[in-house]
Amino acid sequence: MKTTAEDYLAQASLLRLLGVLALVTAPHIARLPVWTSIVVIAIGVWRAVAALRQWPLPPQWLKVLFVLAAFIGISVSYGRVSGQHAGSALLIVMLALKLTEMRSRRDVLVVVSLCYFTMLTHFLFSQEMWTALYLFGCAIAVTAMLIEANHAGGALPWHVTLRLGASLVAQALPLMVLLFVLFPRVPGPLWGLPSDSGAARSGISDTMSPGDIASLIQSDEIAFRVQFLSEPPPMRERYWRGPVLSYFDGRRWSAPFRGDNYFALVNPGTRLNAYVVPEVEVSGDPVRYEVTLEPNRQNWLFALDLPAKDALPPNTQLTGYYQLLSRELAKDQIRYQALSYPHYRLEPQLDEQWQRSAERLPKDSNPRTVALAKAWRAQGLDDDQVIARALTMFRQEEFFYTLEPPAVGRDPVDGFLFDTKRGFCEHYSSAFTVLMRAAGIPARVVVGYQGGERNDAGDYYVVRQSDAHAWSEVWLHDRGWVRVDPTAAVAPSRVENGISAAIAPAELPGFLRREKAGFWYWRVRASVAWDMVNVAWDRWVMGFNNQKQLELLGRFGLGDWQNMVLALTLSLTLVAGAMGVLLLRRMRPAVPADPALRLWRAATRVLAAKGFPQPRTEGPRDYVQRVAQAEPSLAPALRRLLSAYLSARYLDEHPREAEVELAAALKALKAWSVFPRGRETRA
Amino acid sequence: MTFRLFLRNLLHPLRWAQGKIDQWVLARVKRQPGPIPVPRTRVYILPTRFGYAFIVLVFVMVLAAMNYSNSMAFALAFLMAGLWLLAMNHTHANLVNIEVRAGQVAPVFAGEVAHFEVNVANAAPRTRYSVSVSWPRAPVVQSADLAPDHVAALKLPLAAARRGWLPAKVFAVSTEFPLGLFHAWTWLELDMTCLVYPRPAAVGRSPPPARGTGGQLTGDRPGLDEFAGLRNYQRGDTARSIHWKSFPKLRAPMVKQFQETLDREFWLDWNELPDLDGEARLSQLTRWVLEAEGRHLSYGLRLPGTRITPSRGATHQHACLKALALHDA
Repeated sequence: MKTTAEDYLAQASLLRLLGVLALVTAPHIARLPVWTSIVVIAIGVWRAVAALRQWPLPPQWLKVLFVLAAFIGISVSYGRVSGQHAGSALLIVMLALKLTEMRSRRDVLVVVSLCYFTMLTHFLFSQEMWTALYLFGCAIAVTAMLIEANHAGGALPWHVTLRLGASLVAQALPLMVLLFVLFPRVPGPLWGLPSDSGAARSGISDTMSPGDIASLIQSDEIAFRVQFLSEPPPMRERYWRGPVLSYFDGRRWSAPFRGDNYFALVNPGTRLNAYVVPEVEVSGDPVRYEVTLEPNRQNWLFALDLPAKDALPPNTQLTGYYQLLSRELAKDQIRYQALSYPHYRLEPQLDEQWQRSAERLPKDSNPRTVALAKAWRAQGLDDDQVIARALTMFRQEEFFYTLEPPAVGRDPVDGFLFDTKRGFCEHYSSAFTVLMRAAGIPARVVVGYQGGERNDAGDYYVVRQSDAHAWSEVWLHDRGWVRVDPTAAVAPSRVENGISAAIAPAELPGFLRREKAGFWYWRVRASVAWDMVNVAWDRWVMGFNNQKQLELLGRFGLGDWQNMVLALTLSLTLVAGAMGVLLLRRMRPAVPADPALRLWRAATRVLAAKGFPQPRTEGPRDYVQRVAQAEPSLAPALRRLLSAYLSARYLDEHPREAEVELAAALKALKAWSVFPRGRETRA
Repeated sequence: MTFRLFLRNLLHPLRWAQGKIDQWVLARVKRQPGPIPVPRTRVYILPTRFGYAFIVLVFVMVLAAMNYSNSMAFALAFLMAGLWLLAMNHTHANLVNIEVRAGQVAPVFAGEVAHFEVNVANAAPRTRYSVSVSWPRAPVVQSADLAPDHVAALKLPLAAARRGWLPAKVFAVSTEFPLGLFHAWTWLELDMTCLVYPRPAAVGRSPPPARGTGGQLTGDRPGLDEFAGLRNYQRGDTARSIHWKSFPKLRAPMVKQFQETLDREFWLDWNELPDLDGEARLSQLTRWVLEAEGRHLSYGLRLPGTRITPSRGATHQHACLKALALHDA
């Protein structure tokens, strides 16, 4: 279709459109590869300057070239063109490229549709609370843009379109809430999720090298929240078991089975099957709790030492290392209940092969440590004594617990134990485990979290990445795998009161320093309150899936989808209809302020119904004369009306009385119109 | 021919249905002198192409939200669905209760474009944006914003092919504001007609000399009839020709000048053009009327059945052109 002169976009509208585009693409820029961000911003700037300086738009062949280049670039950066990351990057690049050929109003409609879709892709990455505000802000801006695109002629002032957009979005809110609650949530996925959907990988990993845990301390992100359904254990017993690392290469500890999906590696034939759950004897009262795990894109779930075999969350499995694994990656927030026994005997009888694998050390690595352990054995110390000897060494010699230890050389354990004597929990646990293995005691490293802070307002515990911890497990005859935390020897306050009590404030990141006043104090207070709001948001809005919906609506008798759809249609019709009626009332002609004029208009409406409307060109006196001539029986009433009206409207004196008289005259007229007395006398 | 029509109707059933609906609806629009109020019952509303595309987009977004089980994505899709529903109400309310009146329409010559002026009045206390007028099934001609209690004049062009009265047929007043998702319109027919003068013939031919008073058409010539201004005194002028009234003021004698008014009045006659047919004669007479008026001459018109005495001026010109336009040959 040809574009007429009125179709061309005004310069002011174009610049506003670029502003709206910047707002919509801003959160994506952080996620895009660098070249994409640069290209998008460059195109935006170029288009703005082209509009101001009247540069021509690029020719057709160049645009096709750009599109091809975009496809190639995206597939090179991401390895594919579909999926969550690559797809949304491609969408943004296409949006930017649309600018190169946008010149008429119709193109703005295409851009607006792409903007709405880009907003959708953002929500696939992040659904925090601020995204709700972002949603409304962008919706208002994009709607204002749409309003402007549909206004032929010059551009409206920006505050007019913005106000109209905001009022439209505000009016659409009740409809949105109705749809949100009542629209049946078909449980997804419908056609399968791309493999790169969901949250990114974060938190503890299944390897540990010196410095790994210390780097996690810098993050105040929440790992998970716990609500205890029975008596919460004291802090020193809150060890959250994560990956169990049993393979040491001299520097790095790693889990014996690697891979994205542990379940893919089940090998039932071997005796070293990782999924034969060992024997365990438990005693004492169990602790019951519910964990809400933030998405970390890993398979392992965190449970308190030691989770009960028969009360596992659904779709999970225990490994031979007594680690809790889920069948699916945690791409979204998940909530699970579990049961743990703090007093246990894990695997009192250890299989030969397991024992050997738990004593293995690489040759020629950390020789001094091995020599030390061998020396202890040569002194005739048994297992318990070796353990006590090691812990005493940590406690009494000049060992320091610090977040910033000096670097160690090729043999990190040797360097730590003999040279620097400064380290964090990964150094201590690693060194201790190596000592135990060198002394012939089966030992392994467990990483996870320790502690967790109570949120008083909400009565739940928050475990952050800064609570990450590493400790050891040693196997003793008839006692099974026993937890030994060497950090407790060197810095007991870490285990009792959390990391803020154990490390000097100068080394801690700001949010961990227990300050009494100042910025961080208020920030911590605010984050506690904010966390509560976030929890409610996660539970009721973000987590509003079809289960929750059935729960909520079942209470009102709308348990199945047919009833839901019926209720939805009815309520939508009612609300939309009510809004329609209100809108029409708003657009009615304004009631005149002057009561005399109002009454006169009422009189003319009565007469118009009888076939005598007052044309605009006729004044009241001539009008009355004409009607009186046509309908003589009406003449006295009309004359009364006329005189009352003229004196009420045009004469200054006694306006109130004149209005009363006018109202009475109107009433008489209405009476006549209902019971026409004189009509029968006419021939 | 009929086979092609049948084939086309088969391939585009919607168009055929639309054509039939149009015929039915347009036949029922009454021609009124106006002002015509537009109540709720007269306004029709349908989604535009963009409106259909929008709802398909919302549907796709809902599917995507279902697939990813993403609450905020649902929220966005539902917000857009809410906007779509609201747009219907808003676009409808943007058109209801306007009042349409006929405006002025200036006469034109055949072959030119007649502009019918339509006055759209907004009695509501809120501004109505982007109210447009158009002919049926034609793109929008002109849009205007109506401030509260304001009247906007919108012009509808119509090609004037033949001379005579050109009535304005049914036209549409429509709007798509605010979001362009719906198109609300109403059909109206106002009692407006445009007078179309005959197309003037090409310049070149002079009218034949009129019999009776005077000879050829002449230009200005010094004479004795009409006062035409003052000039300086020259030796040889008679004393009687001096303008004494201005002498005290100007201190130099000025002499009155006169122009001849012989041969200014003439007739344009139908019977003077035996070599042309009826329409051509009207065209030529139209041209002569324009030329005569342009030269400030006094002219009369003689047609079979009509006789207009010589005069000058816009009213006289219009009367002559009207007679020429409405002459049935």
